[in-house]
Amino acid sequence: MSAALIPLAILMGLVTYPWRVIPLLAPGMHRLPPMVQTYIRLVGPAILASLAAVNTMVVLDAARHPSFHVGVEWLAVGLCALVVVAHRGLLTGLVLAASLVAVLRAAGLAPLP
Amino acid sequence: MVDSLGIVASAGGFGLVYGLSARAAGFSPLEASAMSVIVFAGASQFAAVGYVLGGFSWAGIVFLTAFINARHLLYSAGLAPYLDNRPRWLRAVMAHFTTDDTFALAVSHFRRIGRADAPGYWWAAIGVTFIPWNVATIAGVLLGGSIPEPARFGLDVIFPAAMFGLAVGLVTGRRELVAAIVGAVIAVGVSLAWDPAAGLLAGGLFGPLAGLATRPGPQDRHYEAEIVFGPRPPE
Repeated sequence: MSAALIPLAILMGLVTYPWRVIPLLAPGMHRLPPMVQTYIRLVGPAILASLAAVNTMVVLDAARHPSFHVGVEWLAVGLCALVVVAHRGLLTGLVLAASLVAVLRAAGLAPLP
Repeated sequence: MVDSLGIVASAGGFGLVYGLSARAAGFSPLEASAMSVIVFAGASQFAAVGYVLGGFSWAGIVFLTAFINARHLLYSAGLAPYLDNRPRWLRAVMAHFTTDDTFALAVSHFRRIGRADAPGYWWAAIGVTFIPWNVATIAGVLLGGSIPEPARFGLDVIFPAAMFGLAVGLVTGRRELVAAIVGAVIAVGVSLAWDPAAGLLAGGLFGPLAGLATRPGPQDRHYEAEIVFGPRPPE
């Protein structure tokens, strides 16, 4: 069983822990300027939306050249977002998204990646 | 307790999806579990799956992890006033278990009872979040490994759909919406013009700047109060 990514997990843990521990151990460190607090708060939605968009709309060929992609993945991701907006839960959205893609692929209406 | 059950279901569900995504990206059960134990931060773990799949350098992955997880600074800052009379070593241990869910449960509990409650914190951190997340990770990665052609079952869309669903869940005001949309547009544009790694970095850096430049709505102001002082207890 591969363990090659465990050092990466340790490095990721090492850069995550200081954010968690510094305000608890250093009094006053948590009093960040409001603008910095707001920026940090906005990183989450920005980077998650970036990940979703790039993974849905950009594909790489064998030579790693990027190109714009339109496919059934757009429908699936949109369906999941609608389910989340309707407060039906992310897990439900993911199940419906994967099911939609599976059905369309089984019916020959969408290619396998 | 009812809130806790909802979080258990949420952590379990996400952990399962993380395990499936990690397996689809080629993680072994050991690697996926190590990440859940050592990093214990869902969004950055999901992102790392995408980065590994995209062939990013480790330096890039570590940098983006630090960037995504910077929000934990705000959570710990919210907990700090309640925990400042605890031993330093205990606070150092508690810090590792500070997540979105732990923060939300613990701070609302502390506010409700008007003081810090260490058993309440550990219940939120370990019982409600850490154990379900890690058990579900193992279940997901083992389940994912038993499916021969994941794309036939649409499992390849789980990662982008989860990212988008999580982003939608974090959009609580105008500023988050602008940050998410601008970040996504910049990320795709830079990815097509240059490279997906650069695109993700650019989207994550400049999307929030666009959000900052946006006039905050009423929801933004309410949320800013919550992140510093904790969610309001139920009326």
